[in-house]
Amino acid sequence: MASQQQLAGHDFHEVLKASPFHARVEEQSLVKNWMSWNGYQTARVYDTLASEYFAIRSSCSVMDLTPMEKYRISGPDALTFLNRLVVRDISALKPHRVTYVAWCNDEGKVLDDGTIFHLEPGTYRLCSQHHQLDWLLISSLGMNVLIEEETHEVAALAVQGPTACSVLTAAGFDTLSQLKPFGITHTLLNGFEVMISRTGYTGDLGYELWVAPANALALWDAVFGVKQRGLYDVRCIGLGALEMVRIEAGFIMPGDDFNTAETTVRAGHDRSPFEIGLGWLVDFDKPHFTGKQALLKEHGQPIKRRLLKLAVEGNKAPADSFLYDGKRGRRIGTIKSHTWSPILKATLAMADIEYRNGVVPAQIWAEIYYQKELEWRATWARCTISKAPFWAHPRRSATPPQRC
Amino acid sequence: MKKYDAIVIGAGHNGLTNAAFLAKAGLDVLVLEKNEYIGGATVSRELYEGWKYSNCSYVCSLFRPEIYQALDLGRHGLEVVPLQGSTTFKQNGDYFGSYHQPTVRRREIARHSKRDADASVRFDADLMKWCRLIRGFLLRTPPDPSSLKMRDVMEFAHLLKQFYSLSESQIYEFIRFFTMSIAEYLEEYFESDVILAHFSGGSIIGTGLGVYSPGTAYVLLHHAMGDIDGNVGSWGFARGGMGSVANAIASSFKALGGEVRTAAEVQQIIVKGRTAMGVVLTSGEEISARVVVSNLDAKRTFLGVMDRNDLPEALLHRAEHFKIRGSSGKLNIALDGMPVFPALPPGSPLTLGHMHFTDTLERLERAYDDWKDDRWSADPYVDTLIPTQYDPTMAPPGKHMMSVFVQYCPVEVEGGWTAAKRDAFGAAVIDQIAQHSPNFKQLILHAEVRTPREIEAETGLTQGNIFQGELTLDQLMFNRPFPGYAQYRGPVKNMYMCSSSTHPGGGVMGAPGANAAREILRDLGRTDTTPRDFGDD
Repeated sequence: MASQQQLAGHDFHEVLKASPFHARVEEQSLVKNWMSWNGYQTARVYDTLASEYFAIRSSCSVMDLTPMEKYRISGPDALTFLNRLVVRDISALKPHRVTYVAWCNDEGKVLDDGTIFHLEPGTYRLCSQHHQLDWLLISSLGMNVLIEEETHEVAALAVQGPTACSVLTAAGFDTLSQLKPFGITHTLLNGFEVMISRTGYTGDLGYELWVAPANALALWDAVFGVKQRGLYDVRCIGLGALEMVRIEAGFIMPGDDFNTAETTVRAGHDRSPFEIGLGWLVDFDKPHFTGKQALLKEHGQPIKRRLLKLAVEGNKAPADSFLYDGKRGRRIGTIKSHTWSPILKATLAMADIEYRNGVVPAQIWAEIYYQKELEWRATWARCTISKAPFWAHPRRSATPPQRC
Repeated sequence: MKKYDAIVIGAGHNGLTNAAFLAKAGLDVLVLEKNEYIGGATVSRELYEGWKYSNCSYVCSLFRPEIYQALDLGRHGLEVVPLQGSTTFKQNGDYFGSYHQPTVRRREIARHSKRDADASVRFDADLMKWCRLIRGFLLRTPPDPSSLKMRDVMEFAHLLKQFYSLSESQIYEFIRFFTMSIAEYLEEYFESDVILAHFSGGSIIGTGLGVYSPGTAYVLLHHAMGDIDGNVGSWGFARGGMGSVANAIASSFKALGGEVRTAAEVQQIIVKGRTAMGVVLTSGEEISARVVVSNLDAKRTFLGVMDRNDLPEALLHRAEHFKIRGSSGKLNIALDGMPVFPALPPGSPLTLGHMHFTDTLERLERAYDDWKDDRWSADPYVDTLIPTQYDPTMAPPGKHMMSVFVQYCPVEVEGGWTAAKRDAFGAAVIDQIAQHSPNFKQLILHAEVRTPREIEAETGLTQGNIFQGELTLDQLMFNRPFPGYAQYRGPVKNMYMCSSSTHPGGGVMGAPGANAAREILRDLGRTDTTPRDFGDD
């Protein structure tokens, strides 16, 4: 007979899995607006979007990051494996440092993006948006490398916002002020181990805290204890507010802003790093990485399309809008994601735009449908390309962080 | 004597579909059926009082929604309810459940192999590529690749265009896919034995091939290319059993002025001067028509109801060698209550879907070995469903009907089939289910046991082959049923074919019937009443 553990490990009632923080998340959720993130029950909104957005931009926000896919990569060939996997050269990534990466299939189409944590000499953690175990194992053929999915074995919290350092310091983490962006530090809190990285998806000052699931609630309580003591405001944020700030910060979302290669059915619907604005990651000086030949070939030709950051004139949401090369001109693309930016008072968007002969269109116009009291209207809005992130604040990278 | 515009031989779902579109174009159409009831293999019959069986076909996915819409089948009583999930029970007391909830399914795959859970993303996307390509051809007449007629050239160009809309690597993969065995294909994705066995099942259903036989990968696609309300690959129950499909089409046909005669078996298609003139029934009655359409399989059409002297020798040769091997059996069981499956947790939704009991590729291949030796599989692959969990019309409240499709069962056994051997075949199937359900045997009130012999005798499907001809590359697209005859036109003038022996093949799809109607209406210079494909989804 199958082992009891194997049989007990499965519950069909649990459609969405509870994260190790769930008891607190559930308690904090006022509107019970849930969604699935990699199969976990995740809050879209806890209270209101506005209050959560401003927690990130003006005080301190907390988000359960556990559902993010995590893989532990170790063994003698770990670095060789990773450096062959990703388009960026990571050979100089020092222990206790983190870097942003993307990886492709042989056709040079992006499978996913993510971060590599050099946990200790020779041992890495790869974090990704989508499930990658199959591809990682395929890519590791013939290498002496151990790849273990540890999504469920590591609980993680993102603590982000201008007072994030102050809050965590007050919570008992006293080694943060010297931690530089993309740095990792290890510390003990009430006797259990916490790994802290200065990373995030908000474009603001922020940290990600990594613990064993058994210590998840104790970690949560330590952070929110700061609020209970009346020192700083600390608020939970859902994926709704995160979507607003990540667009402001110019971060892309695989699966939303572009179709990932493994899930693409229709030829031509996948994207290369150059086409999604990640050309800066591609390092052709590396002797080999998956997709290099295809990307070299593509690099020598005029670019066909690109994911661009657009500021859209006015305040009407360009949901699913078509884009044209002039008002009522030729159709050249679509909006992939968009937000109203409360801090910039502007409509911001990510858009997939066709280039002609490798040249960006001189003008981009969005045709926007919007409704007022169930009456639909149409309008045109001029779009301006933003090369830099829409919003970048010096506090994101200041070390030590300013007290505020 | 009355002369009809068209006679359709056989009131199966394709014959009725064909007739309905002809009637919709204003033709005076008569459908002739040998049995006293309509439906052919798309039938629900009450063989035990209070219980209705889907005697042959038992689930629905391939039926074209375009036809459903065009013939207004919803208002004529058809309702297809999506069924939920599927299970393979393991011999060690565990099981694999492919739940209808994607997140639960993913975790369940991961319980057997974390890697397979991720590989299933790649598998689903790859299968969808081939589904998307092939779905676009279901409601089109295949081109004749040897013809230089403008229409054939254009249609062949369309086919090539769709093919070359694939990327370079997809083209390589697609060609491999069509020639591979399902076992080898799946092994490029999955590592868990039970998951390999679970996903292989759809590739052997109805076919005289084993999981390691080249060509079985395509059969999986044939079972995955349908959809319910846009969910590609999803299957459902027709409320009231599969007879509801035929009944709804017949109702639509009659509302369009059509006429159906049952207990009217055609003996021969009357041909004069290389032109079909009508039919003669076994009763001796002659009925004339401008057009005669055969919904019988290709063998039965050309070797059964046509005079050899009316046919070209080469065609007879093709018909004689048409691959239409019987390999499937069927049990329909009236149950006094709901069987329990102790391996499943209490309240598990998995009984709502397909249940299988073969957990390795090796057992699947051994089941095939028995068939090759003219024995029914001692350890068969079964596709078991209990539709009465959803459908209140097929059994009294609290009672249940179980449909058990069985692979493999041979057309001939040593010494010939007898009633006792048929019952022994049924007992082998019941024993396998009973190994996983202790109260199952006590609940059995009545069982209809059907070997290919019974299926052929009742429905007329040669050898009881459920697809009206094997779904192998040599018998698909412009090769179906034979090269040069894939455009629904017969070898004599005014004679047509609309059965599953024609493109796009078997399954309760309706597409052959509709495609044939389009060609007939074209030849008659009538308005095309058949629907166009909904297009890329």
